[in-house]
Amino acid sequence: MGQIGFYINQSICQGCKACSVACKDKNNTEVGINFRRVYTKEEGSFMHQPNGGIVHNVKSYYFSIACNHCEQPACLLSCPTGAITKSDENGVVTIDQEICAGAQLCIKACPYGGPQYNKETFKSNKCNFCMDLQEKGEDPVCVATCPLGAIEFGSIEKLRKKYGDIRQIKGMPSPTITKPNIVITPHRDAKLV
Amino acid sequence: MTKDSHMKNLLANKMQRRTFLKWSGAIGVPVIAGGVGTKLLIDKQKEEKVASASEWDNVVSTCSINNCGGRCVVKAYVKDGVVIRVETDTQESGDPSIPPLRACVRGRNYRNVLYHPDRLKYPMKRVGKRGDGKFERISWEEAVETIASEVKRIGDKYGPESRYDNYASGQSWGLHGGSTAVRKLLSITGGFLNFRNDYSSGAGNVATPYTYGTNNSGSSFDSLLHSKYIILWGQNPSEMIFSTPYREYLMQAKRNGAKIIVIDPRYTDTAITYADEWIPILPTTDNAMMDAMGYIIITEKLHDQAFLDKYCIGFDGSHMPKGVVKEESLKSYLLGEQDGVAKTPEWAEKICGVPAEKIREIARNYATIKPAALIQGWAAQRQAYGEQFMRGGAQLACLTGNVGKLGGWAAGTGYWSRSNIVYPISYENPVKASIPCFLWTKAVEQGTEMTAADGLQGTDKLSTNIKLIFNMAGNMLINQHADINKTKQLLEDERKVEFIVVSDLFMTPSAKYADILLPGTTFFERYDIGVPWCFGDYVIFGDKTIDPLFECRNEYDVFAEIADKLGVKEQFTEGRTILDLVKESVERTRKELDPTFPTYEEFREKGVHHFKFDEPLVGFKAQIDDLENNPFETPSGKIELFSKTLWDMNQHEEIPAIAKYISSWEGPEDPLIEKFPLQLISWHYKRRCHSTYDNMPWLEEAAKQEMWLNPKDAEKRGIKDGDRVQVFNERGSLYIDVKVTPRITPGVAGIPQGAWYTPDEAGIDQRGSVNVLTSQRPTPLAKSNPQLTNLVEVKKA
Repeated sequence: MGQIGFYINQSICQGCKACSVACKDKNNTEVGINFRRVYTKEEGSFMHQPNGGIVHNVKSYYFSIACNHCEQPACLLSCPTGAITKSDENGVVTIDQEICAGAQLCIKACPYGGPQYNKETFKSNKCNFCMDLQEKGEDPVCVATCPLGAIEFGSIEKLRKKYGDIRQIKGMPSPTITKPNIVITPHRDAKLV
Repeated sequence: MTKDSHMKNLLANKMQRRTFLKWSGAIGVPVIAGGVGTKLLIDKQKEEKVASASEWDNVVSTCSINNCGGRCVVKAYVKDGVVIRVETDTQESGDPSIPPLRACVRGRNYRNVLYHPDRLKYPMKRVGKRGDGKFERISWEEAVETIASEVKRIGDKYGPESRYDNYASGQSWGLHGGSTAVRKLLSITGGFLNFRNDYSSGAGNVATPYTYGTNNSGSSFDSLLHSKYIILWGQNPSEMIFSTPYREYLMQAKRNGAKIIVIDPRYTDTAITYADEWIPILPTTDNAMMDAMGYIIITEKLHDQAFLDKYCIGFDGSHMPKGVVKEESLKSYLLGEQDGVAKTPEWAEKICGVPAEKIREIARNYATIKPAALIQGWAAQRQAYGEQFMRGGAQLACLTGNVGKLGGWAAGTGYWSRSNIVYPISYENPVKASIPCFLWTKAVEQGTEMTAADGLQGTDKLSTNIKLIFNMAGNMLINQHADINKTKQLLEDERKVEFIVVSDLFMTPSAKYADILLPGTTFFERYDIGVPWCFGDYVIFGDKTIDPLFECRNEYDVFAEIADKLGVKEQFTEGRTILDLVKESVERTRKELDPTFPTYEEFREKGVHHFKFDEPLVGFKAQIDDLENNPFETPSGKIELFSKTLWDMNQHEEIPAIAKYISSWEGPEDPLIEKFPLQLISWHYKRRCHSTYDNMPWLEEAAKQEMWLNPKDAEKRGIKDGDRVQVFNERGSLYIDVKVTPRITPGVAGIPQGAWYTPDEAGIDQRGSVNVLTSQRPTPLAKSNPQLTNLVEVKKA
C-alpha cells in the first residue's frame, strides 16, 4: 500500500470533538492524554456604529489532528532509546511501549503535539493509525467517527491526487520540518494567503 | 485598542498569526469531581489486560434515548460481558434517503456512563433534611412498599390531583421508561395532575398554531437541498443535535450552493461550519429585526401579494377579520400608521444591534433569492416574549411566499414527522385537569388558587396543591427549572410536597431532593426502540447489551411490583415484559401502519430502519396546492397573520394579534440594565444533553464548563481569559471560569446550560449552573419558560 496518511476536510469541521473522545475510548487514555486533538482558533473584533449597529470581523475555525506519520518524523529522530519506529510497509510511526523510557524528547520534538506523555506509566504514546483495527478490516476509529465524514485515510499518494496537496493551514508549522503525511481542505478562514 | 486600529483591523480583515501550540486546544484541566471514576475503570482494564480494543466477542447494535432531537446508532463491542468500546453507524454518506446516523461526542463517551463508579447502585431512602443528599441503603422490597403506601395515602388524603409526574427528559423517545410507568400506574389508581407543553419550545408550541393552526410547520431536511438561501435564526444544530442527519443535509445544501446566514448572539459552531455570514444580535430583540425586514420587504414591494391575498388573514386593511379596523393590519403596524413608529431598519438597529444596511441586505436577499428557508431555533423563544419570535418568523415566510414550496420553509415551531411506530403502553388518566409544565412550582405552592389565566385547563379549580412528585430520569426538580434558589426553598418544606420519588443513574442535584431514590438503568441494560424527536425518517433498535449492573432496575419492572402491591399488576403490565413491549411495537407497526416495516428479527439484526419516501415532505404543500379542499386548521381556514382569537383575549400589549417586537423585561431596554449591564443567555452545550453527562470527565475535557464573555466586556471588568468570576443578579449568584472570546456579542454573556448545581456552604453555586440566575416569570400567552432572558453583572472572583 505504501505510505498512508490522513485527509482532513477542515472546511466542514464542526469542532464537536467526537473524533478526539472516540480515540480516547478506543485507546483508554486518561484525561490529559489525547492522541487526536481538536484545536480552536478564534479572532476578530467588534465596533459599534453611531446608531448602535455592531460590525465585526470575527473569524474562527476548528482543526482536528492526530499523528501525521511524517516522512521525517522528528519524534523518531529525537528518541534516545529507539522505541520509535516507522514501518517500511505503510510508513506508520509507532512508539514501542516496552522500550519507551519516558524521556519525552519526542514530545518536545514534534511540532504537532502528537506524542502524549502518560504520568502513570512514565511512557509516551501516540496515534498508531489504529493498525490493530485496520488488520481486522475496520477503519481507524476517528475515520469511523466523524459525523460529517470529514476524516479519511489511505494511501497518501492517492489522497493527494484526489484532494490536492495542502499540508498546512494558518497557525500550523511549516511542512518542511517533518514532511507530514496529511492532506487538508482548509476552512474558509484557515487558508494560508 | 484604539478606534483607529479597530478600523484598520476590520479593513485589513486579517488574522494574527500565532504559533500552533498557543492555540487553545483540547487539553484542559477538569474541575469536577468524578474524574477518579473513569480512572478506576481504566485501571481495572489495564490490570486485566483487556486493554486491547481490537479483540471482541460480539457487537451489539443499540440506541440511547435521551432528550436530544437525534437518535444515533451505538455499536457496543463486547468482550466477556463487558463493553470494551463503542462504535457507531457505518452507513456511508451520499444517499439522502439513508443518511449516516453517527453518534456525536456525547455518544463516544457512553462506556463511561455505563461503568461510572458514581452510578446509583441500590435503592435508598433519605435520612437527613430534604435536599441535603444524605441517604441510607434500603432493600427493593422496602422501596416498593414505601412508594406503594405513599401513593395510596396521598391519593386517599388529597385526591388524585395531588399526584404529579414532573417533566423529565433523561429518558425520552423510547417505548417505555420511568414517566410512562408512573403515569400508567397513577392512571389505574385514580389519576394524576397533567401537565402540558415542554421546556424546549413552550412558547412556540402555543404561538405557532395561532398562525398556522398547527406546529407541524416544518419540512423534511432533505428539502433544503433545493434551497438557495437559508437563514438559521438562533439555531445551532452543530452542537445541539436537533436531528442526527440534519447536519448532513445542511452540508449538502451548502455544496449545492445555498447561501447560509446565521443570526445568533454567539458565533456558534454552526456558524463556523456552515455560515457565509454571522449576524450578531442582542437577545430578546429578534422581533425588532424581523419587523424591519418586513418593513423593507413591503416598502420595496418585494412581498408576494398574490400569496398574501389568497392564503393569509391580516396582511393589509382589506384582509382583516370582521369587527377589526384596518389600522390593525400587519402592513399598517410595520409602516407605523397607528403608533407613528415606522419599523425601519434604523429603528431596529438601535434596538437589536444589527446595522440597518445589513437588515436591508438580508431582507432583500430573503425576499428575492427563491426558494429561501428561514429556519428558527427555539432558543430565542425561551424569552420573555418568545411567542412573538415564533409568529414573527412565520410572518416573514408568508410575506415572501416561501410557504408550501420545495426549498422554502414556513418557519414557526417547525415540527415534521414521517417515522411512525406503535407505542404499546397506553393509559387514560381519569383526571382532566392540566397545568403548563413550567408552572409546577406554582401548583405546589398555590395550586388551588390557579385559574385559567395561569393556564389551568380541564377544570375551573384544583382541589389540592401538588403533594406527591415523581421525578423519573429528570433534573427539572432543581437544576433545569428556573430560579433554583426559589425552587429549593419550596422543596425543602416537607409540609408542601410530602413525598418525592426520583429515579436516576447518578446523584444529580434533583436526586438529592428525593425521599426515595431508585437506581435506574442505562440503555445498554434494557430493550427499547429509539425514535428521533420527529426530525428524521428512521427508528433504531435498542438491543439489551448487558444485564443491569449492581441492583439497578428498569422502572417498568419496579412499577409492575408497585402495581402488584396495589393489586393492579395485571392491569399495569397486561402480562407483558419490556421485551414483549418491543416485539409488540414491531408487530403492530407492521400490521397497523406499515407492512414494509421489518420483522423483530430483521430489525434487531439491522439495528436501524429507514422509512423511504419518493420526495421531501414540504410543510403545508397540500394547503398551498389546494386551499379549498385543504384549509389551514385555523378558525378562518387561512394563515392568520392577524389572529382574531388572540385579539379577543384583549391583552394587546403583551399578547398582540400580529407578531410584534415587545420591549422585554430584562432586555437591553430595561432600566435594570444600569445595575446589571450584561444580557445572559445559555445554550445547549456540545458535551451535555441538557444536564445529562455533566459528570463525565472526558466530556469536561472536550468542552469545559465556562462562561463566554466578549473581550470588550472582560476588559471593562479587568477580567482575563481563564479567570474565575462571580455572576450575579437579584435571584442568585454563581462562580465560573471565563472564556474571553470574540465569538460572543458585546454586552452578552453566555453560560452553557445544564451544569449541575453545586452550592458551597453559603449556597453559592460553584459549577456555573445557570438556573440560579433565571426567572420563574412565565411568558404571557404560553406560560412558558423565559430562561434566556436575564440581566446580570460579572466581577472577578
